[in-house]
Amino acid sequence: MSLTAKLGLAFAGLLGVLVVLFTFERPPVVTAQLGFRGTGMEQVVNPRLRAVSVAANRVPEAPEAADPDGDRASEIYENVQLLGDLSVAQFGRIMQAMTEWVSPVQGCAYCHNVENMASDEVYTKVVTRSMLSMVRTINVDWTSHVVQTGVTCYTCHRGQPVPANNWSTLVEGSPGLAGPTGQNLASNAAAGSSLPRDPFTPFLLGDRNISVISPGSMPRGNTTDVRQTEWTYALMMHMSNSLGVNCVYCHNSRAFSSWAQSPPPRLNAWHGIRMVRQINNEYIVPLTPLWAANPRGPADGPQMARLGPGGDALKVNCATCHQGANKPFYGAPMAVDYPELSRISAAPVTRRAELQTR
Amino acid sequence: MLTKSEDWKPEYQNLFTRVQVRGPTYPGVPLPAGDVPREGGTRFVHLFGRFGDAQVGPIYLGQLGILSIVFGFIAFEIIGLNMLAQVNWNVSEFFRQLFWLALEPPKAEYGLRIPPLREGGWWLAAGFCLTVSLLLWLARTFQRARQLGMGSHVGWAFAAAIWLYLVLGFIRPVLMGSWSEAVPFGIFPHLDWTAAFSIRYGNLFYNPFHALSIVFLYGSVLLFAMHGATILALGRYGGEREIELVLDRGTAAERGGLFWRWTMGFNASFESIHRWAWWFAILTPITGGIGILLTGTVVDNWYLWAVDRHFAPAYPQLWAPIADPALLQGAPR
Repeated sequence: MSLTAKLGLAFAGLLGVLVVLFTFERPPVVTAQLGFRGTGMEQVVNPRLRAVSVAANRVPEAPEAADPDGDRASEIYENVQLLGDLSVAQFGRIMQAMTEWVSPVQGCAYCHNVENMASDEVYTKVVTRSMLSMVRTINVDWTSHVVQTGVTCYTCHRGQPVPANNWSTLVEGSPGLAGPTGQNLASNAAAGSSLPRDPFTPFLLGDRNISVISPGSMPRGNTTDVRQTEWTYALMMHMSNSLGVNCVYCHNSRAFSSWAQSPPPRLNAWHGIRMVRQINNEYIVPLTPLWAANPRGPADGPQMARLGPGGDALKVNCATCHQGANKPFYGAPMAVDYPELSRISAAPVTRRAELQTR
Repeated sequence: MLTKSEDWKPEYQNLFTRVQVRGPTYPGVPLPAGDVPREGGTRFVHLFGRFGDAQVGPIYLGQLGILSIVFGFIAFEIIGLNMLAQVNWNVSEFFRQLFWLALEPPKAEYGLRIPPLREGGWWLAAGFCLTVSLLLWLARTFQRARQLGMGSHVGWAFAAAIWLYLVLGFIRPVLMGSWSEAVPFGIFPHLDWTAAFSIRYGNLFYNPFHALSIVFLYGSVLLFAMHGATILALGRYGGEREIELVLDRGTAAERGGLFWRWTMGFNASFESIHRWAWWFAILTPITGGIGILLTGTVVDNWYLWAVDRHFAPAYPQLWAPIADPALLQGAPR
């Protein structure tokens, strides 16, 4: 064999090894059967990666329950709008917990003027109040999605002032020759595929129709084309990726649209999409003026973007809570230790109009 | 003249040939008057000789070939430059994202009209040039075959592939009334399109023409393997001289036929096996094209179509059926 041929073979071999090492997932792969045999209803899990994910999705230990007796927080402190009916001990406990969940490094001062704790002058306190109201809405109104497990601030925040998994509306350049298509670059939202890169704006902020498949066998006015289908596909890839599950966790392998044949988690996911839509529209977007006034966060940090490149708020999707687990924290209950997060909000949600007149 | 030393022993090698015979190169049969001369001259490439004919060239391009290459090059350039524009003319990003980049057809609102270039007009231009290029190359394969006194089987086989291409990119979009129904030009994007196409139309695996296409595709592979294996196995009896054996069956043909009769009760003949292979190959895109053509035009949900026609099996379900939540009263959209 000539030297050139040897070099060529060695290069091809090296390339092959590199491709295998850097593009394939190292086994083992465990397949769990979900449905009738031979129908491809299977959940594929890599136990090695699952162990890493389980370790990263642990619920922090809850502090001991506080004495419910004694003076009410609203009697002792000023400007307690949502948690005034708690005892002072309970109030202190949840404040402590929220600090640990959201701003363990910055402490109380992340939201409070420590000279005057009652003041709303630090904008993050106003944000927090709205978020608290949001958590209650989720736990009370959206049991169709969060069931009795519920959520806390930690479900999304995980010890960071800004939840790691968020999204903002895609801002596309407009190169002269090629008009914007919203797709055909490696899409983080759609698990690295070439599918649309921002399936969130139409479906998790807007309420564009997600279902694309006809309910009858013959063409009867369903004008959805394949390209629109790709947007739904991208949203589904996001859900699959965020939850660490295959399509068949929610769908039947042979008839994606059939509810009668779908595994029950699909119903839960359907409500989840509507829940996220409400969170974004009623709780996140109305706070945009506050973030616009503080685009890099509070003066004492952490200094990081509070808005997307288009000037819109950083919003919520499935990954914000799920973080790779089919149920956040793999279903470990957390909200049960904080009953004050599952009460009906007394105070109205801070609306965009109010914020703009501030 | 031999390239190896004088003490070589004759040996029969089916694929990798260590012994290469070198005579004068063969320019081919004389061309009719008025034809463009053949290009490129002739030479030997030792590496090619190891697994095929060592002689390279001459190439006959002619008017059809040259025009085909020109149109193909224009299409290639339009697609490539659009991809480069998509990453803002950043060459390293172009190579990094190459498999993801694409030239998309126009959006649905343009219907069958001609959109602005950046809104899908380039897709139409590229598609037109590529189609012209393919048709010219098709004409060329017919013409070259005629010039050599061959049958036109290669041309018809190529036409079958062009049929599938035209169904996907032209005929079905026209029937559906919108260019947006066509496939994007791009590596991953056309695969995503394919998956989304099956999802949109309720699972293409229930499309019987899709099923036929798969049968012919896998069947082609199987036939190719069976035929290749048979001929190689008969190499020691001169089995590779298939055409001679068509006319005058020798021991190779007898043994091959006997082998298949023993193993599966039936054998193709030395001639008919090539018709088997050719029909399986061309029926793959022909049936596939019919399946695509019926999708969205005649059938909108193949799974439900199979249910209507009672060939979708019912499976036991391990959970209670759930109702469509959107149909409940007062449900959020």
